[in-house]
Amino acid sequence: MAETALPAPQPSGARPRPLLSRRNLALYGILILLALFYLLPLYVMVVTSLKDMAEIRVGNIFAPPVQITFEPWVKAWAEACTGLNCDGLSRGFWNSVRIAVPSVLLSIFIASVNGYALANWRFRGSEVFFAILIFGAFIPYQVMLYPVVIILRTIGLYGTLTGLVIVHSIFGMPILTLLFRNYFVSVPEELFKAARVDGAGFWGIYLKIMLPMSLPIFVVAIILQVTGIWNDFLFGVVYAKPEVYPMTVQLNNIVNSVQGVKEYNVNMAATILTGLVPLVIYFLSGKLFVRGIAAGAVKG
Amino acid sequence: MASIVVKDLTLAYGSVNVLNRLNLDVAEGEFIVLLGPSGCGKSTLLNCIAGLIDITDGQIFIKDRNVTWEEPKDRGIGMVFQSYALYPQMTVRGNLTFGLKNARVPRAEIDRRVRRAAEMLQIEPFLDRKPAALSGGQRQRVAIGRALVRDADVFLFDEPLSNLDAKLRAELRVELKRLHHNLESNTIVYVTHDQIEALTLADRIAVMRGGIIQQLDVPQTIYNKPANLFVAGFIGSPAMTFLDGRVVDTPGGKAFAMGGTRVPLDLYDGEVPTASDRPAILGVRPEHVTVGTEGSPGIPATMDLDEPMGADNLLWLTMEGQQIRARATADHGLRRGQPVSLLLDIAKASLFDQESEQRL
Repeated sequence: MAETALPAPQPSGARPRPLLSRRNLALYGILILLALFYLLPLYVMVVTSLKDMAEIRVGNIFAPPVQITFEPWVKAWAEACTGLNCDGLSRGFWNSVRIAVPSVLLSIFIASVNGYALANWRFRGSEVFFAILIFGAFIPYQVMLYPVVIILRTIGLYGTLTGLVIVHSIFGMPILTLLFRNYFVSVPEELFKAARVDGAGFWGIYLKIMLPMSLPIFVVAIILQVTGIWNDFLFGVVYAKPEVYPMTVQLNNIVNSVQGVKEYNVNMAATILTGLVPLVIYFLSGKLFVRGIAAGAVKG
Repeated sequence: MASIVVKDLTLAYGSVNVLNRLNLDVAEGEFIVLLGPSGCGKSTLLNCIAGLIDITDGQIFIKDRNVTWEEPKDRGIGMVFQSYALYPQMTVRGNLTFGLKNARVPRAEIDRRVRRAAEMLQIEPFLDRKPAALSGGQRQRVAIGRALVRDADVFLFDEPLSNLDAKLRAELRVELKRLHHNLESNTIVYVTHDQIEALTLADRIAVMRGGIIQQLDVPQTIYNKPANLFVAGFIGSPAMTFLDGRVVDTPGGKAFAMGGTRVPLDLYDGEVPTASDRPAILGVRPEHVTVGTEGSPGIPATMDLDEPMGADNLLWLTMEGQQIRARATADHGLRRGQPVSLLLDIAKASLFDQESEQRL
């Protein structure tokens, strides 16, 4: 081939910036500063929880502990008093587990079947049904707080774990159903038709075709529900009794107890313990979470 | 024996009739193509036959069994979809066997059918791959295989080649034709908007528009004697030219009049209306127009445009103030604006009533 003289030997457009350019330094510098600022409370909590009360009274909350002690953690978990009970947060932790696990499983199961039926088995009035369900997401909890107390009292579940599980499952329904329906709608209709020709029924298609395809959205739902239910305070304090208070309510009772000395180190340890579950979940599933949220946006 | 009978099928959404009292008889072993533009109801009709859409009124028989309210799986059908619709989490083998397992077919029988279908479609090497690891052509083969293993009497194809590129489409088209020859007793209903697919594959073509079958006939008749203006315009590429004019009496018999030109209709293959001076439309395919030099016998016209199409050229001409297309060899040597003279092959043309748009 004949050689052609290029009119401009320089490539046009801006060169990619080197890593340590002034602009990059400024950009990452600011980002790192902001990250440190947001991490500061966590740092203070961890540091304080590892000091004994004498050291806390010295007053420098940013100083690292001179003598590391795990005493406050043990006390927060096993000995702190709320009301008459002095067995620490462990009681609340197990209560929360017993609330969260069945609530998460139940609400996700029902909502996914709901969403699947609304997306793929359109029946007469399914759109209206869906609209009413979604409307539920916009009603403030406060409006329903007392009516639900009456309902639970009438069926004899007021102040029980079962009652709380039912309340969490119901209140999670609108947003979860929306989540699942929108995901299943994005699954090509022909896939569903092919499965019907292949002789799969309502449950066959749900279990063998839809479920294996929907792992990301289930992960999203699990994260939403676990963190939401774990962090719930309102329902716990209204619908449960002291013996079955979830961890958050118990934490509040420990931190806000008025008698005696304020044990800042125990409070900090208790707070970290309570927040640990959602924190771990976010750390472990961050990637899956983003993938699930973005799923459906991209075809295939 | 009729394999599929659709009787007075009506499908309504609210007050809109998507399909309106539609009737269709398909013989056993026949390859029938439902052809039409998007939204004509062809896929809807196929879905009704498959049982994927509940119909409003009418009846459907497959193999003399009334299946109007039966589940898709019990109708003895296999279906192939445009988007392949393979189950992404299953291997090719899993896709092929899913329906058979649901129907509790014995293991040995499943293996036999899978082997046969895989051999027929040359997909044996991919049996343990996931669909994501296959090319478009391979995926569609697997989708066809999934229909084959069902040992169905009737195969329904919903635009199976539309997602493939042109070259692959032509290859698979031939393969489908071969497949149909190998499966003599199997009836095929095939939906497409591609007239080439329809003309090459079909034993009979049903041209649809607005939920109504416009014409149902063998490809030759559809092409040569379109029942109405819509079919005439839809079939054929490049498309038929329509000329406005009137049917008039001349001393030599009936003729088609455009401006000052009279085209004798004595060779026309159809019923020329007896009423005189009646508005009509003459449809002429480009290959039935012969372009001659100025002064040779024929109707005077002027060259407008030349579209080279490889094998031949499509010429756009003006005749009596109307546009007409003609096919010419690539070496026609005509220039823009050059006066020419046209001969229309009336024996192969179609005359339509202007009002009813039906062929005369």
